[in-house]
This record gives sequence, structure tokens and C-alpha cells, in this order.
Amino acid sequence: MSEYLVNLKINNIPVSVKEGTSILDAAKKLNFNIPTLCNHPDLSVAGNCRVCVVEVKGARLLSASCATPVSEGMEVFTNSEKVRTSRKHVIELLLSEHNADCTKCFKNGHCELQSLASEYRVGDHVFIDLVHAKDKIADISSPSISKDDSKCIRCQRCVRTCEELQAVSALAVIKKGDHQRISTFMSKPLNEVVCTNCGQCINRCPTGALTERSYIEQVWNAINDPSKHVVVQTAPAVRIGLGEDLGYDPGERVTYKMVAALRHIGFDSVLDTDFTADLTIMEEGTELLTRLKRALVDGEKVALPMMTSCSPGWIKFQEHIFPELLPNLSTCKSPQQMFGALAKTYYAKKKGIDPKNMVSVSIMPCTAKKFECNRPEMRDSGYQDVDYVLTTRELAMMVKQAGIDFMKLEDEHYDSIMGEGTGAAVIFGATGGVMEAALRTAYEIVTGREVPFTNLNIMPVRGMEGVKEAKVMIKDVLPAWSFLEGAELSVAIAHGLANAKKVMTAVRDGKANYHFIEIMGCPGGCLGGGGQPIPTSPEIRGKRAEAIYSEDEHLALRKSHQNPEVAQIYKDFLGEPLGHKSHDLLHTHYKARIRY
Amino acid sequence: METKILKKVDLIFQESNVNEVIDIVTKTVTRSSDDIILDIIDSGLKGRGGAGFPTGLKWKFTKNEDSAVKYVICNADEGEPGTFKDREILDTVAPKVFGGMTICGYSIGAKEGYIYLRGEYNFLLPKLNKQLEEYNKLLKDNKIDFTIAIKSGSGAYICGEESALFESMEGKRGEPRNKPPYPTVAGYNSKPTVINNVETLVQITMICKMGPDKFKELGTKDSRGSKVFSVSGDTPQAGIHELELGMPLADFVEDFGDGDTKAVQVGGASGHCVPRKQFKDTIIGFEGIPTGGSMMIFNSSRSMYNVLHDYLEFFTEESCGQCTPCRVGCQQLLKGIESVKKGERKPAYLDELKKLANTMKISAKCGLGQSVANPFNSIVDNFKEEIIY
Ligand SMILES: Cc1cc2nc3c(=O)[nH]c(=O)nc-3n(C[C@H](O)[C@H](O)[C@H](O)COP(=O)(O)O)c2cc1C
Ligand code: SF4
Ligand code: SF4
Ligand code: SF4
Ligand code: SF4
Ligand code: FES
Repeated sequence: MSEYLVNLKINNIPVSVKEGTSILDAAKKLNFNIPTLCNHPDLSVAGNCRVCVVEVKGARLLSASCATPVSEGMEVFTNSEKVRTSRKHVIELLLSEHNADCTKCFKNGHCELQSLASEYRVGDHVFIDLVHAKDKIADISSPSISKDDSKCIRCQRCVRTCEELQAVSALAVIKKGDHQRISTFMSKPLNEVVCTNCGQCINRCPTGALTERSYIEQVWNAINDPSKHVVVQTAPAVRIGLGEDLGYDPGERVTYKMVAALRHIGFDSVLDTDFTADLTIMEEGTELLTRLKRALVDGEKVALPMMTSCSPGWIKFQEHIFPELLPNLSTCKSPQQMFGALAKTYYAKKKGIDPKNMVSVSIMPCTAKKFECNRPEMRDSGYQDVDYVLTTRELAMMVKQAGIDFMKLEDEHYDSIMGEGTGAAVIFGATGGVMEAALRTAYEIVTGREVPFTNLNIMPVRGMEGVKEAKVMIKDVLPAWSFLEGAELSVAIAHGLANAKKVMTAVRDGKANYHFIEIMGCPGGCLGGGGQPIPTSPEIRGKRAEAIYSEDEHLALRKSHQNPEVAQIYKDFLGEPLGHKSHDLLHTHYKARIRY
Repeated sequence: METKILKKVDLIFQESNVNEVIDIVTKTVTRSSDDIILDIIDSGLKGRGGAGFPTGLKWKFTKNEDSAVKYVICNADEGEPGTFKDREILDTVAPKVFGGMTICGYSIGAKEGYIYLRGEYNFLLPKLNKQLEEYNKLLKDNKIDFTIAIKSGSGAYICGEESALFESMEGKRGEPRNKPPYPTVAGYNSKPTVINNVETLVQITMICKMGPDKFKELGTKDSRGSKVFSVSGDTPQAGIHELELGMPLADFVEDFGDGDTKAVQVGGASGHCVPRKQFKDTIIGFEGIPTGGSMMIFNSSRSMYNVLHDYLEFFTEESCGQCTPCRVGCQQLLKGIESVKKGERKPAYLDELKKLANTMKISAKCGLGQSVANPFNSIVDNFKEEIIY
């Protein structure tokens, strides 16, 4: 955008903004709120809903303020009679093709269409009901995502999300006119197409057309069943997101209030996925060093670079789009699934619980994990390792349903064992976090010294740039690692599948010389996951990232190998990283999938 | 008003072969591009594709854009119901279209031209390709750095809208874009582009051949030149007719009606319906009702409800579906008149629908949705009884 300033008037008030600014943003500067539906700060401009139209003096047509740049001398009216009539018509038209059963809708109270309808009081809207009966049958083929076309307003935010941010294009616009729909390849059910279950489309759908498959009722039933022991684990990014759905501004850390709320709700053991995040570092770090050794010392043909495997949306993407690179994926399960496998074995044994009577629930910032827990590979405990996955949003709903005044809760701490996590585990929730955690540990294992970054903060791998690269010089190593002496470890980090695709294309074409790559399926990493509070924007994700890094700095232990519970599980149960038990419980394999 | 008699003419379809056109082109490009554009502006030529934008100005804007790559596109998507003039032109005098494109390319600084041909017109391809091969070779022989190729359309009406046409040419779904930017700044492949209708381009060749003064002898002050009309409906003379622009509709009906004409739909489905009592005061041209060429004549045996119903069905189907006012508005207008007809809603509901049509006119994203109010309001206003009873 140029630095050149444009002068205009909005509702008779003069304002100067940079050339190229939209009327919408210029109006915001003057605190005039113009309603929008198809517009989203993460996406390209569509200009299709037309709810944001404004009147420009002298123009025959109204202008879509989101899609129209300001020009010199322009006189804009955001609330003229023409504007009001058009805007109301647009809302009424949308409602006439909408199955507006708000009281039964998952998005009730969080819906952009509903708020507009309420703001404009279109109770007596005149138009004829156009909802098709067949659209009322939602597609619930996916364990992660529900797609209800009768709630769709065709804003195409989902289509742009899936294409622009995720490079998946599982969703597309089909047909025209009154038959126009958002659909999939050959209108197949979502579980039969390339969809990665990342849930990014859900985060940007203004209505109840795309929502997570909810398992709240199943979880309540388990809690209320006296014969069941219900364990819950909470992922790193939940603690810095949950507050947004319970009255806090973005960027609030609510870890210990969350623990208290989970106890109030009635979970029997309140545990932390951070524990298995630390464990992942031990396993995955060892796996990386082993692969490097086999390549460098034994001269074997080993799949390198190695890629992280914590993000099930990313895993499914890789299975669909780059099956030829599956051997490069770390065989480590995601922290959620490591946790599940250990809950029904290690934890059950230690606590004397029959795993048959255990219900394992996880609270995740993620919708892909709902799919992941149903993968047939994820039953290594002899049972389904994780029974139900709830999103951050669903947990917020449960807190409200339980009548808990969240803000007034006293802090409480996780149960032990499997309740301890380090700062290195917390930062798993931000893009670059797994890399940073891995480096903090691997560098120390190899050299016996802490990573050479002030206060352990490895700044080059942090931040919201789509693809980050870093190099770490390895010098003065311990004798066991002499083969790494003088090596320069080259790493890359990508978040959002469109960025992942760029990096993978380079790897596939032999144009990248990395050793280790961290990929997170969602923009910003898990903090921007498909199960996190809505809305999302670069600004909100920035605040969440700050909260994550501050949580890390506030913890006494900030390196995964320092986690005492991790040391204990290797001593009491697993033996050693990549050992026999680990292999059985903590590692997995992948399969190629179709590309549509 | 000028009092001269406007009449049938025969210029556009005057035979013309590739060599003749190359002759006109080579002569024209000896002049400066500014001079050529000034001539086109002076001629008063306005686009024949429906919107009627002054062609010379469009070229001037595009020429003034600083870009190494620019395009000339001939819009041959011709999807307006009742229009078939572009097909006829391409079938009989295609070289004149090529000539207009080449002169445009020279004037604005474009080296590539494309003809976006309606899918249904693919039967013209063998002949057109052969002519083009010969024509492109002659351009090369004459050291004129311009080539023309054909792209086949996707078969949707909306792809005739210029920005949807670009999207379609780029291999995307044919959905109209936001404007600005206009094609003159960012058209095909986001490069400055002139897009003109088939007939507009023929007129270019003719203006360059005979000079703007000769061209200006035809038509009126606001509507220069002649125009090809596709006449259909209740007429003994259905087909293609070239007439001077600016003719009063009464004269047209006298010539083409069957003696019992009750209304004429000027400009196809997206045009205006003129009832008998307004024939005398209606001018066919930019000062009156502009038209892409379609003239549908209805006699008293026709139900105007059915006519409007057909149009609304057409728009309901052909809307690209992306914007709310058009996608849902078309359906509401269609269902709305049905429910009034059936007596489910009171006749006063038609007033609500007219308000809706007026919203569509100012807030739909492209010309399709914006123009539905033309037939809707003009038919409902003039034939209310036929809609209700
Ligand atoms: C829905 C719609 C369909 C259109 N179809 C055509 C068409 O088939 N042919 C055409 O020349 N112009 C069509 N137009 C007009 C074009 O957008 C554009 O204005 C025209 O090609 C410009 O050429 P001209 O200036 O020579 O008239 C259509 C416009 C709309 C809104
Ligand atoms: S999507 Fe929104 S408006 Fe529609 S039913 Fe759900 S809450 Fe109501
Ligand atoms: S869940 Fe992700 S991959 Fe699936 S449709 Fe939505 S954005 Fe696309
Ligand atoms: S599913 Fe949601 S995001 Fe997608 S077009 Fe419909 S309303 Fe918009
Ligand atoms: S007005 Fe109609 S055709 Fe034009 S963009 Fe909107 S929906 Fe598509
Ligand atoms: S928000 Fe501007 S058109 Fe949808």
C-alpha cells in the first residue's frame, strides 16, 4: 500500500487514509461500524454478500465498502435511506433462504447472521421461504465437522479459507443461480474427500453451516456414570484461548482456573497434555538424532528431512497430497494420542483403575483430533486410546452449562502423575514451539550445554511469518555425538497448510536442504486451531502467542528433559526413548489417501 | 430532436475478405495511435455489447496504463436471449472483427488478442480458425506485431460479463469481480485490457476505412452510426436487420410489427418493456433505451405474465449465485409473482417486490443483477392486471 494520503468525507466527517484503504477500514477509523459478512481479515476480498454497501455521492450504484478503495474527494454515507433499505433487504433475503431455527442451532448466540438479524429487527420479514428440505440434512460423515447447507449464506469464506490458507480446496462453489452451493468433489461426503478436518473453515464460517461435531452430551453421560473413571487432558493452546469464550480479552492465561473448572464439572482426573508434549520431545528428538546418525555415520539411506507429526490436520494433508514423503514423517503419535495410550496403560496401572472403566477425554484447540482419535491405529492400549475430543469452544459451553462463574474461580493445580509439563511443552501451542522445544533439549543432549540463546528464547523460530528457516551450528559436542561435530543443523517451520505445501513442494523437488521441519496445520499453530474461540484474526493470534510465551517464561522448568514425571515414566514404565514399549504405545504409521 | 429519417442500412455485412481488411489495417497503423484514438472518440462510437461505453475513451484509458503486457479481447459470448447478431457477423464478416482487434492492439500497445467465443458457437471454429491462420500470417508478413487466438466459452450467460469472462479465460469459475479496478486497469491476467463486443470491433474497421465523419452521418447526436438488431417474437420479419440508431420505436413497430403489437422488449431479457402507449416517445438508442440488439415484439395474444415469468426464470438460473441481492432476489421476484398470481399474496405485494428490484438495481455486484429491475418494473408497471389476474 502506498504512503500517499487520500482525503474523503464519511458521514460529513473528513478523514485522511492511505491510498488503497477500503471504505470499510476508513469508516472504522472514524468509529463508524459497517456490518459485514463475507469479509474476513485473513482472506482475500470477495464483495459478495453486499451487506456492507454504502452510498457514495454522485454514484448510481451503492458500493460494497469492503471491496471499494477510497478516492480523493469521495463523500460516503454509511447509513442513508438507500443504504438502510438495501442492507435490510440483504439480511431479509439471506434469512429467506436460511433455515433459521436459532434455538436449536449450535451457533446460537455466536452467529454473525443472527446478530445482524437481531440488530435490524427483521422479525416481520416479508419474503417467501426458500429453504430446500434436502439441504436440511446435514453432512455428518466426518467425525470432526458438520456441514449444514440449510444454514449457509454462500459468503464463500470457507472456500477461500480452504484454498488460500490451507491449499486443500476440499470445498468449492458449484452450480449457479438458485442451485449454487458450497460443495465437495462430486458432492461426496466430507469424510470421502481431501478435507484434513483442520476446522479452519469452521473458524471463519459466520453461521452454523460449518461447526464441529459436538460430543458434549457423551462426555456429560460419562461423567454422570458412576462406574466410569473419566480422565481429561488439556492441550497447551487451550489455556490461552479458553478465556475468550468466558469473558476475557484475547491473550489471557487461564490455566489454573481451567483446572478448577474441570474439577467442578466432575472429571475424575485432571491431567495435562503438556506431559506428553515433553515426552514427544524425548521421543522425536531421539528419532531425529538416530536418523542423522544412520545417515551420517552408517551411510544408510534415511528419509530426511524429518517432519514433525503432532498436527493431525497436517498428517492427513500429507497422506493425501504428498504420500511419497510419508517416510519423512516422524513416527511419533501426537501428544494427545501418546497421552491416550498411556492413560489406559501406565496411568490406569499406577492408579489401580480398570482401563475398561476409564473414559479418556481430551480438550483440544483442534477439530482434526476428533478424527485422529477415531483412527484404527489409535487403539494401542487395547481400547480406543482417546474416547472423546472436545474443542476449546465446547469446554467453554460445558463450563457455562455447569453454572460455573469462571472468572471467580480460585486457581487449582493438575493431578499427578501425567499432570506435569514444562515451558517447552506449553510453547507447542505456537508455530515454532515444537522446534524451539526440540532444540532446547537436543542441543543440550548433544553438547551438554544450554542452547546459545538469551534466556532460552530461540527468537529465529518464533513469529507469524508463513515459512521460517534457521540454522544452528553444533560445536564442542559430547564424545557420544562426535559425528555431529561442526555440523550445521538446518531447520524450517511452516504453519497453515498453504505454507506447508510450499515447503513440501521444495522438499519433494529436492530444492530444500533441511534436516528437520516443523509443520502445524493451522495458521499460527495450535493457538489458531480449528477448535479455538471464534473470531480469529492475525491480531488475536498475535495476542495468544504472547500469552503462550509468557506462560513459558513463568514456569520454573522450561526444558522437556527436565520434566520429573517424564524421567519417572522412562524409569518405571517405558525404559528408554524409542524403546520397545515406546514403539508399541507412542509411535504409529501412516497411509496414502486419494487426492480429491 | 433531429428530424432526418432514420432507415435501414447495409454496412456491417458488406462483404469483406482478409486481404481487404489487412489493407485497411496496414494503412491505419501508419498513423499515430493517438490520432487513431482521437478519430474513434470523434466518431462518437459507443459499445455495442449493451452498456454503451464510449469506445474511444476505453481505448484511451487503456493506452495510458503503463504496462508491458496488455490485451484486446473480443466478447463473442452472446448469451442474451433473442440475440444472434454476433454469430451472424462472425459467420459472414469475421475479418472485419480481426481488423478492429488489430487496430485496437496497435492503438493501446497490446500484442495479443483473444476472441471469447460462446460455447454454442463452436461450429464456427473450423472456418474461423482457417481465416485466422491466414490473417495472422498476413499480419506477420506486414510486420504487425499482433496475433489473435480463440478461446471457447464455458456456456454460462454470466461469462459474457467482462470480468466473469476474464475469470473464465483464466480457468476459474465465471464469477464477476469487484469494480474498481476496471478492465482498462486490470482485466485479463490482471493486465490492462480492452474488451469490446464483436459488432463494436466491426465498426472500428469501418470507421478506419471511411473516416469518422462518414460514420457520424448515420444515427443521431447521442447515438452515432448503425446497429444490428435481432428482431424476434410476433413479427413477419424475424431475423437480423441493420438500422440507424436513434429511431423512434413507433417507426420500428410500423416496419416490423404485425399490426397488433402491444409491447416491445428493447434490449432482451435485461432490457425494458415498452407498452404501445409509449412507442411514440421512445427512442432506440443511448438517449432513449440502449440495446445490445435484441428487439422482441409481442402482440395482444401474449400474456405479459408469462413473458416476465420466463425472464425471471432465466435470471434465477443464470445468476452466477455469488451475491445476495441477485441470487436470492431473483428467486423472490419469481416466486413473488407466482404467489400473487395464485392469490396467495395480495396484489400490494408487487410493491414490495418493486422495492426489492430497486435494491437489486443498486446493490447487486454486476450488471446481471442490476438489470433485473428493468424488465420487472416496466412489465409490472405497464401490465399490472395481467400479472395479478
Ligand atoms: C450479464 C451480462 C452479460 C453480458 N454478455 C455480453 C455478451 O454476451 N456480449 C457482449 O459483447 N457484452 C456482454 N456484456 C457486456 C460486457 O460486460 C461488456 O460491457 C462489453 O463486452 C463491452 O464491449 P462494448 O463496449 O464493445 O459494448 C454482458 C454484461 C452482463 C452484465
Ligand atoms: S446459523 Fe445463525 S441464524 Fe442460522 S439458525 Fe444458526 S444461529 Fe440462527
Ligand atoms: S476442515 Fe480444513 S481442509 Fe476441511 S474443508 Fe475445512 S478448511 Fe478445508
Ligand atoms: S459454509 Fe459458512 S463460510 Fe461457507 S459459504 Fe456457507 S456460510 Fe459462508
Ligand atoms: S449480480 Fe448476479 S450474476 Fe452478478 S455477481 Fe451478483 S449473483 Fe453473480
Ligand atoms: S462484507 Fe462487503 S460485500 Fe460482504
